[in-house]
Amino acid sequence: MNESELLFSLLTKLNALTGGLFLLCAFGLVAIRQMLTCLRLYIFQSLLLAVSAVLLGYHYASIHLFVVAALTIITKVFLIPWVLRQSVGYDSFSKREISQALNIPTTLLLSAAITIFAYYLAGPLLTAAGAGIFEKVNLPIGMASLLIGAYTVTVRGEAVPQLLGILAMENGAFFAGISIAPSLPLIAELAAAFYVLITVLVIGLLAMRIHTIIAKTAVGKLIALKEE
Amino acid sequence: MINKIIFNLIQVIVVMAFAPLIKGILARLKENVQSKRGPSIFQPYRDIWKLFHKDEVVSDYCSWIFRLTPFVVFITPIFVALLIPVLTDYPLFFAFMGDMLGGGFILALGGFFATLAAIDTGNPYGPMGASRTRMVGFLAEPVFMIVFFTVSFIAGSTIPYIVQQHWVRPLANFFEPAHILMLLAFLMLILAETGKIPVDNPSGHFELAMIDESKGLEYSGRGAALMKWGGSMKFFVLCCIFLNVLVAPWGLAHGTALVDVLIAVPLILIKIFIFLLVLVIIESSLAKLRLFRITEFLGAAFVTSVAAMIIGLFFL
Repeated sequence: MNESELLFSLLTKLNALTGGLFLLCAFGLVAIRQMLTCLRLYIFQSLLLAVSAVLLGYHYASIHLFVVAALTIITKVFLIPWVLRQSVGYDSFSKREISQALNIPTTLLLSAAITIFAYYLAGPLLTAAGAGIFEKVNLPIGMASLLIGAYTVTVRGEAVPQLLGILAMENGAFFAGISIAPSLPLIAELAAAFYVLITVLVIGLLAMRIHTIIAKTAVGKLIALKEE
Repeated sequence: MINKIIFNLIQVIVVMAFAPLIKGILARLKENVQSKRGPSIFQPYRDIWKLFHKDEVVSDYCSWIFRLTPFVVFITPIFVALLIPVLTDYPLFFAFMGDMLGGGFILALGGFFATLAAIDTGNPYGPMGASRTRMVGFLAEPVFMIVFFTVSFIAGSTIPYIVQQHWVRPLANFFEPAHILMLLAFLMLILAETGKIPVDNPSGHFELAMIDESKGLEYSGRGAALMKWGGSMKFFVLCCIFLNVLVAPWGLAHGTALVDVLIAVPLILIKIFIFLLVLVIIESSLAKLRLFRITEFLGAAFVTSVAAMIIGLFFL
């Protein structure tokens, strides 16, 4: 095996490893009780997205993907956690959440089933498109993370983990996107980054309002409307 | 041929001789982290020596299972030590007598007899600990199965000597996602199976909170010594499976001379020492889980192993 082949095999394996850890972070976001840990997991997941973008950028020799990596790190690793802490307030983060629609082992098993479903969905797409080895990793894992993010939003009873679920969906979409469209126009990525930032700000402020009115952010309990 | 038999026996002797030392080092390190001096690292040897010279008391109400169990618990890790790579990275004489699943079954046999013996005496704490151990056991079993099957599928064999070579030839295989995720899952399993802190507190003395320890409460004298020694050998063997088969065969003897094999002994101990440092960090930084949270811990391990399986199978 010559040197470039060895490098290629190392790149693909590192990328797949990033994908595996990315998927684990998505599992963690569904199942972990502490909100602060959830936020850290989200930051770690975003870092993994950036790492995958750098690996793919190195392989495709594409400056776009490096910019994506830089944007991801700036917005998702630094700005979003900062905005979230400012808008939601620290005491919402220091709590432990207990309101969960299903218990944790069931949740984890269902997310494993969702992952298998994502692979099942992505399989025909990959064979039809004649995908390379990077797409084979990134597309199904990105789809799985997207679906698990949606599942997080449904199963969790607190505002902040639900928001992190939405953000994980976005991360998953990007994770799949960087492999199937490595030369996406930069403006789209910039727009997406700001879009996410504004979403976080709006939902964060909303969560803070809920917190100041009813002294908790357990939105799962807010089933009945009440007039003043 | 005769060489390989001798090396195989050396493996067993190494496991028998150094297993209490590993336990002593772990206990010492844990005390050091809490800024205490801690017992000598040779304390487990002294305990075993002392227990061998004490009288044995056996309950009138127990059957032959109670008397047989210490020997089963003592012998099963020795059998596994014949099958797995402890010192060499090439198959030895008994290597093809059983694969990794065989090793798992032999270890499970020891656990099975320990459970039976705990129920046998009629002491109320024994059956409680035994049923808890079984609970942890049956939650851990599917993870074991998935880890072993995925490893064997990826490496194309269930013989540990062949599996370990797969991870480093070529070196890029080490970074295979299935490999790293499997290591995570197996690390969680080791914590659960050997009663380490997120699952069980090995240094606790409160019988109601015990999981693993309470099974040996009724033993005294020679029986207790054999149970202790067997338990530490089981830990040593699991460490060897984890470090030599699943992580990488670094530090194992490659040559067939006696000197190479003897040099491998300190290398393996250094490797296990590094692993112990990681274990001490885990044990000192986490709190023990409540009993019904253990399902969540092992559920996480299960999902990790399933993720390893899915990614590993589709990645090929």
